[in-house]
Amino acid sequence: MRISLQWLRDWVDTGDDVPALTHALTMAGLEIEGVERAGPALKGIIVGEVLSVTKHPDADKLNVCRVSTGSEELQIVCGAPNVRPGMKAPLATIGAVLPNGTQIKRAKLRGVESQGMLCSARELELTEDSSGLFELPRELQTGADLVAALALDDTILEVNLTPNRGDCMSVAGIAREVSAARGTPLHPPAIAPVPAQISDTFPVRLEAPRGCPKFVGRVLRGVNGNAASPFWMQERLRRAGLRPINAIVDVTNYVMLELGQPMHAYDLNRLHGAIVVRFAREGETLQLLDGRTVELKPDVLVIADERGPLGIAGVMGGEDSGISSATTDVFLEVAFFDPNTIAGRGRRYGLVTDASQRFERGVDPLLQERAIERATELLLACAGGQAGPTVVHGLASPRSVEPVRLRHDRIQKVLGAEIPANTVADLLGRLGMKLESSTGDAQQWRVTPPSWRFDIGLEEDLIEEVARLYGYDNIPEQTAQIEQVLTQWSERRVRNERAADLLVDRGYQEAITYSFTDANWQSILLPDAALPLANPISAELGVMRLSLWPGLLHVLRENQRRQQQRVRLFEIGRRYDSNGSETEVIAGVAAGDALPEQWGSESRELDFFDVKADVEALLTLAGERSKVRFVAESHPALHPGQCARIWRDDRPAGWIGALHPAHAARMDLTYPVFVFEIETETAFAAELPEFREISKYPAIRRDIAVIVDEALAADPLIATVREGGGELLKVVSVLSVYRGPQIQKGMKSIALGLQLQDTSRTLTDQEADAVVARVVERLAKQHGAAIRDK
Amino acid sequence: MLENLQTLIETARADIASCRDLQALDEIRVRLLGKKGEITALLRSLGTMEPEARKQAGAQINEAKETLTALLEERRQALEAEKLAAQLASETVDVTLPGRGQTIGGLHPVTRVRRRLEQIFRNAGFTVADGPEIEDDWHNFEALNIPANHPARAMHDTFYFGDGRLLRTHTSPVQVRVMETQQPPIRVIVPGRVYRCDSDMTHTPMFHQVEGLVVDEGITFANLKACLHQFMQALFEKDVKMRLRPSYFPFTEPSAEVDISCVVCNGSGCRVCKQTGWLEVAGCGVVHPNVLRAVNIDSERYTGYAFGMGIDRLAMLRYRVPDLRLFFENDLRFLRQFA
Repeated sequence: MRISLQWLRDWVDTGDDVPALTHALTMAGLEIEGVERAGPALKGIIVGEVLSVTKHPDADKLNVCRVSTGSEELQIVCGAPNVRPGMKAPLATIGAVLPNGTQIKRAKLRGVESQGMLCSARELELTEDSSGLFELPRELQTGADLVAALALDDTILEVNLTPNRGDCMSVAGIAREVSAARGTPLHPPAIAPVPAQISDTFPVRLEAPRGCPKFVGRVLRGVNGNAASPFWMQERLRRAGLRPINAIVDVTNYVMLELGQPMHAYDLNRLHGAIVVRFAREGETLQLLDGRTVELKPDVLVIADERGPLGIAGVMGGEDSGISSATTDVFLEVAFFDPNTIAGRGRRYGLVTDASQRFERGVDPLLQERAIERATELLLACAGGQAGPTVVHGLASPRSVEPVRLRHDRIQKVLGAEIPANTVADLLGRLGMKLESSTGDAQQWRVTPPSWRFDIGLEEDLIEEVARLYGYDNIPEQTAQIEQVLTQWSERRVRNERAADLLVDRGYQEAITYSFTDANWQSILLPDAALPLANPISAELGVMRLSLWPGLLHVLRENQRRQQQRVRLFEIGRRYDSNGSETEVIAGVAAGDALPEQWGSESRELDFFDVKADVEALLTLAGERSKVRFVAESHPALHPGQCARIWRDDRPAGWIGALHPAHAARMDLTYPVFVFEIETETAFAAELPEFREISKYPAIRRDIAVIVDEALAADPLIATVREGGGELLKVVSVLSVYRGPQIQKGMKSIALGLQLQDTSRTLTDQEADAVVARVVERLAKQHGAAIRDK
Repeated sequence: MLENLQTLIETARADIASCRDLQALDEIRVRLLGKKGEITALLRSLGTMEPEARKQAGAQINEAKETLTALLEERRQALEAEKLAAQLASETVDVTLPGRGQTIGGLHPVTRVRRRLEQIFRNAGFTVADGPEIEDDWHNFEALNIPANHPARAMHDTFYFGDGRLLRTHTSPVQVRVMETQQPPIRVIVPGRVYRCDSDMTHTPMFHQVEGLVVDEGITFANLKACLHQFMQALFEKDVKMRLRPSYFPFTEPSAEVDISCVVCNGSGCRVCKQTGWLEVAGCGVVHPNVLRAVNIDSERYTGYAFGMGIDRLAMLRYRVPDLRLFFENDLRFLRQFA
């Protein structure tokens, strides 16, 4: 909210030190986000009075004017269409500088001397209006400095109000806070009731008394709908960020800004029968002031007449019953609406209005009478007319405020600061709270908040009020005394940090990508349905990710476009299935060469087994590598021949593979690209290491090479070797895989290294040979393997 | 014969001195001292001599043998040293050439700060908790004292799924989940991803928060001040000043915004702190009794405090990153700066 310091000073002594004021307000909870000057710095601009206007002898569009400065007469050449004798307008005298930097000099325009310049509002950067001279009110003193005459020397405070402080959405409200924060008294302008001059009233029926328990109405007749509000009022509206419209609308806005009470003015002659405050009927529609027609719901409170809804109560009026320049008779509505009945209704129609913001936070239920008197007084002064009597419909005091118990010791228990009881009473008193001391052992009060506060219902609400006025700075810092409890720290789970460090050490860079992604991009990889957002920020971020691959591959592409050839990325995060169930995974992408470009080693493209080594390293963090299996299965995102599902015992734990080349092409990625994704919960359930005896006796090494069918995978082959080798076989390693001219087509040769060892004695060669023979026999029997001759 | 011995010694001495390699030296040794060597032959010839002459000649020959053995050994050591020196010289590498093999990657800057703050709080006895990102209205709003239509909901630009579920707008719902399953004393932090339907210079639709929650008997606002101030000093490794400004969050009361003295200019005013000397880094407050009541914790007996801060924002300040969006563009040239 923007608030004029001049206006605020009508209500409370703010002092001259603006930084001190803004600091005091900020530290009391009304954050001052900005401080700005109300208008441009103008010097040498005075109120000029046009005495005479004659045509320029040589220019159709120019006039030669005699203009009084109060002390002398100047000749000014002027091109404005609205210049006329008797008007007052800003006069920039010789030497003045306009806000845009133009210096006013003595000049000749088409041969006629001009001793200054008459200005438009735009030229002074006061408003956008450049249609003609800025016509000043007659009552301004000719020759007066314009800044002083228009009170332009003002400061605007930009207040960031929290949603609980609807009571501060007015000059009166901010003034109350200034008064409370600084302990200075309020001096609100007097508002005297305007006695009725005519007896006219208009009927009002409150059919939804819980939503609208109080409605104050008044008829004004003979009003000039064409009248403009006075300059000072327009200026205050502008400084608050509102656009002046006409006297009637401006007055309602002015009173709202001043007191915090939104009100509405109807054209009395466009109302039919009576005003009815009721809930909307199913299917009713309303054309709003902004031209849109909306369909109403039965939980929306409306102001209607006998023909139908005129406006959404507390939010916005309708098109049909509004004020126009033809208006002569006005009906003023000043109501109290239950905040819960208003809350959220405006937002539903995309309407956040000055009225709805105030009503949904709560408007002082005792304010309506004063507001309507203030508005009447101003309206009669600005637009003439005669007022009927003020009529209060419903309850004069519609909201009962229960006193709240406040215990002195509870304040210390919550804040940890000792605040004396008389200080507490003083601080709450400044806020308009009524305190009743309860007798008893411990000091406590019954506190009744003022009618404008809707946020005080609990003891803690009062403690907060005490704290903010006492000053958060004055509450000490005190380390909590807490029982020492050691927290559990399981060793049965590989920490994500460890996994991340491992990948970092193997050359991967961590990325963080959005949890939502582009549905089309994702569907290239994963045809499954994804969970869509109802209100995505853009289509590119429209659905929840089914995998971390879409995001990482997008990052890969962007980096490849930035000439990063060798990319290794990983991310730890969640993926979301179409039901929204979340699974944490660690995923990676790798592209480019196997090693960074370097001297002394041949560059080689990354292959499946480079990335598999990274994944195996990750999986080994959890314990026995032998519990993990890589099984050739198919995945829509991956190359059918280079794709494995990862199993941990009998549980699927993830995937690894080459990105399908067709997808890589569609995604504009430079091949090769390998990806993996591992479910942390399955893969990182860690086993505790358990000691096994270390043999003191030497090991024997035997190598064998077998020829097997091309289709036979290494895993079953090694499993057979292990079975055949029994307990003596400690390590089996794959030494080479050979295909080529020396081997029959469709077959391959696999060389295996076997390490044999006993824990209780030295093995003999004969024993080793016997084990190897057993292994070879099994291989032959189970896989048709033949020993390859050297 | 003894004249011959002298000549033999002189010749051998010269041969040994001029010998250039170990193999040749060994040949000299064999020529002199081997089974058929010259000295060996002289010793053998002693048997044919008179006892008196034998004694004298024997002593001379043995002396000669010792001299030659010593000369040979001395020369052998010298040649070995030369050989080693030559080998070492030939094995010299250019130590300024880069090492080979894999180079390391790096952690994301947000992860760096996240780990750091987790460690700081763990050291103080906090545990790290976690909760779902796809949340229900109850945990994200209702239980946090933000009923439907509450104006505070407008502060959260929420992503919805159209079935009542939403993407959590803050990590605070995990407060509720922790208190639903755990009785005081509670000391947790909750780092994680949060989502708001907002995207501009200073907002991304996803970012990271860390929530803190302490509930126990006798916990006060003064404790909150101490905890946050110590944390800020620990995180930034600086004697930062802190101030709390009254604010409003539906789930804490009293509530505060947390400002620290600018970590860039130390409070003297700069571009980062918009010349104010202060940086807003967190929100906090005493847990609202309605929140405790919603999870059946006795709000008379227990009090607590909670705080929340943006991890990304802390990372920006810690590493002087000027634009939040850089964190999610994942440009390798950016990411590598934090390895």
